[in-house]
Formats: sequence, C-alpha cells, structure tokens
Amino acid sequence: MNSPDPSETFLLEAEDLLNQVEETLLEIEERPDDAEAVHRLFRAFHTLKGSGAMFGFSAISDFAHHVETVLDRLRDRTLAISTELVGLVLAARDHLKALLERGKGRHPQLEAKSAELTRKLQALLPDSASALRPVPPSECTTAAAADASGGGSEERGFRIHFRPAPDIATTGLDPASLLAELRTLGACDVAANLGAVPPLEALDPERCYLGWEVLLATCHDLNRVRDVFVFVEDTSELRIEPCSIPVVAPQAREVSTPPPESPDRALAPSSSGAGKSSVVRVPSQKLDHLVSLVGELVINQSRLLQVAAKIDSADLHAPVEALERLVAEMRDSVLGIRMMPIGSTFARFKRLVHDLAPELGKDVELVTEGAETELDKTVLDQIAEPLVHLIRNSIDHGIETPDARVAAGKQRAGVVRLAASHQGSHVVIAIEDDGRGIDADAVRRKAIEKRLIDPAASLSEKDVFALILLPGLSTAKSVTSVSGRGVGMDVVKRQIEALRGTIEISSAIGRGTSIRLTLPLTLAIIEGLLIEVNSDQFVLPMSVVLENVEIDTVREGKLCGQNAVAVRGELVPFLCLRELFRISGERPAHEKVVIVSHNGQRVGLSVDRVLGKHQTVIQSLGRFYQHVEVASGATIMGDGRVALILDVAGLLRAASAERESLLRHRAPSLSSAAAVRRGTELP
Amino acid sequence: MNAITEPGQYLTFRLGAELFAINVSQVREVLDLSHVTKVPTAPAYMRGVVNVRGNAIPVVDLRQKFGLPATADTVNTRIVVLELMLGSELCVLGGLADSVHEVIELEPSQINPPPTLAMRWRSEFIQGMGKRGDQFIILLDINAVFSSDDILLVQDTAAAAKPAAA
Repeated sequence: MNSPDPSETFLLEAEDLLNQVEETLLEIEERPDDAEAVHRLFRAFHTLKGSGAMFGFSAISDFAHHVETVLDRLRDRTLAISTELVGLVLAARDHLKALLERGKGRHPQLEAKSAELTRKLQALLPDSASALRPVPPSECTTAAAADASGGGSEERGFRIHFRPAPDIATTGLDPASLLAELRTLGACDVAANLGAVPPLEALDPERCYLGWEVLLATCHDLNRVRDVFVFVEDTSELRIEPCSIPVVAPQAREVSTPPPESPDRALAPSSSGAGKSSVVRVPSQKLDHLVSLVGELVINQSRLLQVAAKIDSADLHAPVEALERLVAEMRDSVLGIRMMPIGSTFARFKRLVHDLAPELGKDVELVTEGAETELDKTVLDQIAEPLVHLIRNSIDHGIETPDARVAAGKQRAGVVRLAASHQGSHVVIAIEDDGRGIDADAVRRKAIEKRLIDPAASLSEKDVFALILLPGLSTAKSVTSVSGRGVGMDVVKRQIEALRGTIEISSAIGRGTSIRLTLPLTLAIIEGLLIEVNSDQFVLPMSVVLENVEIDTVREGKLCGQNAVAVRGELVPFLCLRELFRISGERPAHEKVVIVSHNGQRVGLSVDRVLGKHQTVIQSLGRFYQHVEVASGATIMGDGRVALILDVAGLLRAASAERESLLRHRAPSLSSAAAVRRGTELP
Repeated sequence: MNAITEPGQYLTFRLGAELFAINVSQVREVLDLSHVTKVPTAPAYMRGVVNVRGNAIPVVDLRQKFGLPATADTVNTRIVVLELMLGSELCVLGGLADSVHEVIELEPSQINPPPTLAMRWRSEFIQGMGKRGDQFIILLDINAVFSSDDILLVQDTAAAAKPAAA
C-alpha cells in the first residue's frame, strides 16, 4: 500500500478537529465554566495552526492563530464566554472549513472574510494594544509577551523535564526547534541528559536518545509553556513544575551531569500514548469492496451447501458446516465495521438548532437520546439530510414563539427531542417537538383544495398526516427562508424510502408532533424467508414475517371481496402473489400463506411453497427498475438464478391500485364510490 | 450525438431484418440466454434481471424497446452486456438481440451521417450509418437510447408512414 499524501492526512485531521470544535463550542455554551472543554477548544485551534503551517496551509495557520489568541484569553479567564463569542468562533470554524475545502493557494474572497473575522475577534479582546499585533506568540519577546498572554508581568520559574519519544524524528518534529521556542519565552538553562545514549555499536542514528532538563525564567504562565510541547506531549515524557526563579546563565551548557536513568525506561512509550485505543482510518471504498467480497462469499457458500446436500458425504459435511459458521461470523464482523454510532451526526443538529432558533425568533432546546445507537455508515450518510429537514420543520412550524408559548401555558423554550433506538433489525429515529402540532383538518382542506384527495374520501388521522408527505402540500401560512414552500417532505419521504425505511407522523394540536423514521440496520445483507410460486423464487425480509399458515384453496373464505384466512379465530386478508404477479400455472390445492406485519396490521401473502430461511445479499435493481415498487432489490441464489426481494408496502400499493383499476373498468360511473372505498378498505 | 472521427470497432447484431452496431468500447461481453428473472409490474420491454458474474443485471428486450414486434427467443438469442454512461453514472445492462454477428472495423469514411429524412428510426439515437457489402448497418448511440426512460426508437406512426410511402 502506498503511503498517503501527508497534506491529505492533514486535511482529514483538520476536518475531524473542526467537527470536534463545533461540538465543544456548543458544550461550552451550555456549561460556560467547563475549563476542560475550553482547553480542548484551544488545543484544537493550536493544532490547526501548527500542522497547517507545517503542511503549507498558511492561510489556515494564520487565521487559526487569531482565534487561538482569543481562546487563550478565555482559558486564563481574562475574557468571559458570551453568546457573541461562541457565535464568532463558530463562524471562524466554518470559515476554516471553507479554507480547508479550497486547499492551498490564494482566494481573495476568503482572504477578505479572514480579515473581517479577525477584526471581529480582535474587537473582543479587552485591550486593543495586544489585539492589533498579529504576531505569532513564538516571536514574542519576553517583555511583549507579558501583556499578550495576559498572564501578568511577574517573572516565575519552571523546571522542565523533557524526553521525546525515540522516534520523534519520524514524526517530522525537531526537538531543537522546541527548545528554541522555549528560549523565546524567557531565559533558559538547557542541559542535555545523555544517560540513555547506548554504546556506539548499538546506536541507531535515526533515533533520539536525548532528554533535556530545562530551567526557564519567564513571565508567561504554565499553559503557555505547555503549549510549546503541544504536539509531543502525548508521546513524550514531559514534566513541567514551577520552581523558584532560576539564575540563568546567558548561554546554555551543552552537557551537565544527567540524573541516572535506565535506558529501557527512557525508550518505553509514554503511558498516555499507549492508553489511547488505536484507530485505523480506512477509505470507505475499501470497506465497500470488503462488504461486496463477503457478499460473494455468502453466495458461494450457500451454493456449496446445496452441492454438499446433494452429495451427502459425511466427510464433506463437517468442513462445510465449519465454513458456514465462519462465513456467518465474518459477515457479521465485516458489517459491524460499517456500523457507526448515530451520535456522530448529532453535533450537526445541535449546530442547526443553535443557528436557526435565534434567526426565527424562537427559543429551542435540542435533546438527544440514544447517541450510541449504531447504523450502517451508508444509511447514516444518507439519513443526515432528511433529519436536518425534519428538525428545521419542527423549529419553524412546530415550536411557537416564546410569547405564544407562555400564553399557551408552556415553558418559554420549546423542546425538540431527537431519539434513536434499536428495534429488532431496525433503527427507529424519532423527532418530537412540544409545539403547536398539526391541524389534521387544515391538512385535509388543503389536500382537497390541491386535488390530492377526493372530498368524499374518509381518511384516518394517520392517513391525513401521511398526506403531508405528498409533493406540493404545505400548511404553513407564510413562506419563510426555511420552509413552507411545500417542497421537502416529499423529498424526505423519497430519501427514507430509498433506504427501505418508513416514515410515520402523529400529532396532537397544541401538544406537538412526532415523526418516527424506521430504518433497516444495514443495506447489505438481511435474513430472508425464501418463498416460491410456480418456479419463481422470492425473498421476504424476515423482519416483517410473523408466521406461516396453510390454507385449503378450495374452501377459503372471502372478506370484503378479498381473500381472507382465519388465523386463530381472526380473519386476516391475504394477497395471492400468483394473481398479482400474473404467474402462470395452477394454484396448488394447499397454499401456504405467509403472514407479515405492515403498519401494525397483519396481512397474508399466499404462495405455493415456503422454502425456508435464506441469507440474502441485497443488490439494487438499479435505475431501470426504480419505478418498481413491489421489489426492493434482488439477490443471487445458490443455483445462480436471481430472486427478487419483495417489499410489502409496495406489494399492498400495487394490489390496491390493481383493484381500483378493476373497479373503474367495471363501473366507470361509480368512481367516486370507489374513492370512498379506497379510504376505508385495506390492506 | 457525437460525430465519428476515428476508426472504430463495432459489434454487429440483428433485430428482425435490421443490422445494428454498437462500439465495442461499450460492450462488456456477449452471453447466451440464461434464466431471466421477471420483475413484475415493470414495463414489458424490461425483460427482468439476470446473474452476470454475481451481479443482478437488468435485461432489456431491444426489439420491444425499439418498437419492433416481439418474437419468441431462439437458440440464437444473445444477451449483449453493455456499459452505459447515464449522466455521471456507469450502468451495466443486458440487451437481448436476435443474434450477434461479428466485430467489424469501420473507418470514418465508411460511416455516413444519419439521414434526416426518409428514416424509420429516430435520428437522435443514431451515430451514423455504416455499410458492409450491400447491407446498411445502423450505428446506435446506446447512451442516448437509454437516457430517455420510455422511448421507442421507431418514430411515431405518422412520421414512420411517410418513408414507407416514399
């Protein structure tokens, strides 16, 4: 494998840092006295500045420096946290992101923006004298640094024990430059510690065996001294202790008597470095490739299983079974790699609420739950945009203005709750607000006005709310920059359905709205039930299957003109797959009916045979079949044939469309009656 | 539709009485007809999906797509596996041809622009007309053919009737 471009690594790292900055900032806004968070923030910008300069992103480095100056004041509490400051640093973060996206080189527009933000940042600093000086701290003289750091002008002493990791040279850092930076802070007495240097024959010229003891007299505080080592402190031995002001000789001595130290201890990695769990970055294409390989492996494994069953040899069974176990385990762990906690996207929503609520004159708190809920990365990537839309909707349409809320006897601040949880092989994401709710009658009126439904149709409340998902329907009285144009919810619906998910809305006037998204855990492999009609095989996702019953086709009952089967005393309507798909052949005397659950209702599908469980590797049917609702994908069977994966919701829609066109055909004059029946009669 | 300026290799195949050709750069392979899984509710010209080396590939009945009368499959029926660029997306698709003939090389000078008049086929889907012996070969712009969702290559009947009368 070739090593990646270092500036590529910087960009990736910087992006992570910026995301972390955003999260930390919002945390700080909630808990302003969290010193640890402020420190994290400072470190993030410091790292951006340092590595930006190292890889030649000077625009980023320069700009980060100005933010860092402000944050430094925050850290030593000479500057208080304010909404304005948080807003400005957020804006700075966004600007850095824009700079990162443009890469190296000059961009006049962005430069102007840099200058503007820098001016605003400097305006926050209490004394403008230091604010106007855009010099990096490393160039500060002792005297000038005193006011720049705000640490007071009193001189103090530090004893610094510094022993870099032996492989420091491979990280591109030069310890000498750190010592040089230390010297800019004040007078130093540097002594090299040679105790760990091995005999000449064992000496590796690429390793650093030296440690340093430094006595520093400076008017800066501990944090400023610590910052010098910010890039190496995780991997080095570093102790900084205050001490009495040392009398420093003008010239550093080259060698002093080193405190004896055992070489292996000096060479051992620092405990802080080893304690961190190591994380490997892998491009997602590689993972996708791995997943598709495992998919092929699963297919071939099931082919092997079929062959082994045919040959029926005891010698063959044992290894085939062992292989089956291994493949199943491998499949689970490979798919597990792609699972990511949904919490990684939550920061984005917090930011959204933070920015949007004031803009709309609302007071909104976002409560998140279930951040640890894991979802396939592909699903996660595609779910963020619909979620943004739904949260925007909640804030814009759902939550009332603070005054209106008080008048309605509610808390001034509205609450938007974003909760994720596992339910079987699905993840349920709920977006709930305690706002004004949706007026079902208004939706109905609007839908009739836009000719989306028949005025005579009687719809359940759930069906009415589902109308919101149709294109062109918005009940917002005014169009804002955020929403109300009636585009959006249908896009959300499409995006969720593309992920094989469902969307469900419930609402109570004055109490709020709840939107539930149900999504499959993974898009790659599912447990399926293999069924057969004539010689055509289909797969039903096991997650919807409840049970199987057998019926006698001669004596079946009828319910509302449909087929129905009695399951433990209850009549369950069922569809005949053979009729729906126009598959030739006689119905067998005894059909199997697979009972599936759809929107909480039980519906049957009659088939010729139920063949059993099947590990189903899902393949998309592609754009040429994108209008096909009855199947959500295809899978390759052990014998090399392709079986379709059925979509229950699509099947039911296709069946009711079919019935409708039949009704229209028979009695065109009764079309309005048909529309009424459409509303009441299910599945 | 791009004008053809370089010599190219074309795979020729037959649909009914007509000979068509597609640039070989867009042909991945030619397969015997195997079991095609029907996709219910899809348009009739979409025959179904077939397993091509572990991938489910849609199969299009080119006869029906081009508005020719459907016929039963024969031993000569082949699946031509095509690679299309639709927008920025690479799609793989199997086209059913009555029979597949050969790969021929055509110089730009051997290719004429599609006639705009007296043409049974819609010219936007045709890159040019080649000739092999006495037989005309229709060079298809296969990306254009599959860029529109529900086209038929044959012009509507009124327009198609004119060349028949001429």
